[in-house]
Amino acid sequence: MSNKRGVTRTRGLSLHVLPFSEIQHLSITDRIKKILKLILGNKVVILQGRLRVEEEIRLVEDTMAMIDHVKQFKGIELAVIEPNLKEANILDKMKHGLANKLSGGANALTIIGPATIVKEIKKDPKKLEIYLG
Amino acid sequence: MIRILKDLSKRILNSLFGRKEDIKLGFYGPPNAGKTSLANVICKDWTGEDIGKVSDVPHETRHVQVKEKVEIDYKGKKLTFKIADTPGIATKVDYEDFLKYKMNKGTAKKRAKEATQGIIESIKWLDDMDAIIVVLDASQNPYSQVNITVVGNIVARKKPVLIVGNKIDLRKANLKKIEAAFPDYEVVGISARKKKNMDDFYEALFRLAKKI
Repeated sequence: MSNKRGVTRTRGLSLHVLPFSEIQHLSITDRIKKILKLILGNKVVILQGRLRVEEEIRLVEDTMAMIDHVKQFKGIELAVIEPNLKEANILDKMKHGLANKLSGGANALTIIGPATIVKEIKKDPKKLEIYLG
Repeated sequence: MIRILKDLSKRILNSLFGRKEDIKLGFYGPPNAGKTSLANVICKDWTGEDIGKVSDVPHETRHVQVKEKVEIDYKGKKLTFKIADTPGIATKVDYEDFLKYKMNKGTAKKRAKEATQGIIESIKWLDDMDAIIVVLDASQNPYSQVNITVVGNIVARKKPVLIVGNKIDLRKANLKKIEAAFPDYEVVGISARKKKNMDDFYEALFRLAKKI
């Protein structure tokens, strides 16, 4: 919503922080279902960790199927932030790799929001900007 | 597991007896990156026919379009491809976006429905491809999660991938940004519309085919 000064205001934003432990033991289907249920509740989900690549693509597929079936649902915006390990030493890389295996990318954060609320997520290697509708 | 064994046996047979089948080459990427434009250049060059219609309106390709027996004879090397041009993969589809292109509400809603189904179809076809060309718009930010997800999935399926930065004729184009976003993969810059750098593309395509 824009006022006369052109300042954009959002009518409230609901963030849901989802620890990886809450989805760790779920099947792919149930993980995606849980995330999409939150999204359909107009929540922006901040997942501690990241989905596997096959789960990410499944999320895209299920999102498309849902657009066809749920009125007013237009899809999602998605971004993953991960630490840049290119310049890290071998020990740090090993630690990071092990932590990732145990906890679904504990150092990563995944942001998933309904496209009606999150208009755009601009990602660059060093910054992430979230534009709300 | 079955997929890995199938791929492995196919590779062994191919290396023992030479490749009998045409190479299934998929064109993937976000909407409006120029997948159909590039596939058209290739198909027109080697078969004399286009593969599909191009447009400025996103999601013009809403079904996988296939061109069989595309025989490329380049610098004495010959390969036959089955080319699959796929609908652009996105995480959102809003019919209201199509209204800007002077479309009526009914047509826009129909297009949106076809676009969502097209995205699902694209993903389903991934497993059938032997090699994949990811076409990105070089004038856009390459760090979008969809691009990363698509490339990640191709690699996880152990398919060779070539990244093409299209639209390098545009002032805003920045191929270096694509190279920085995907440092582990070969990136070729082209302009399908102006048929620029197609020699580099064909060289890279033959290198890609060797990895199958």
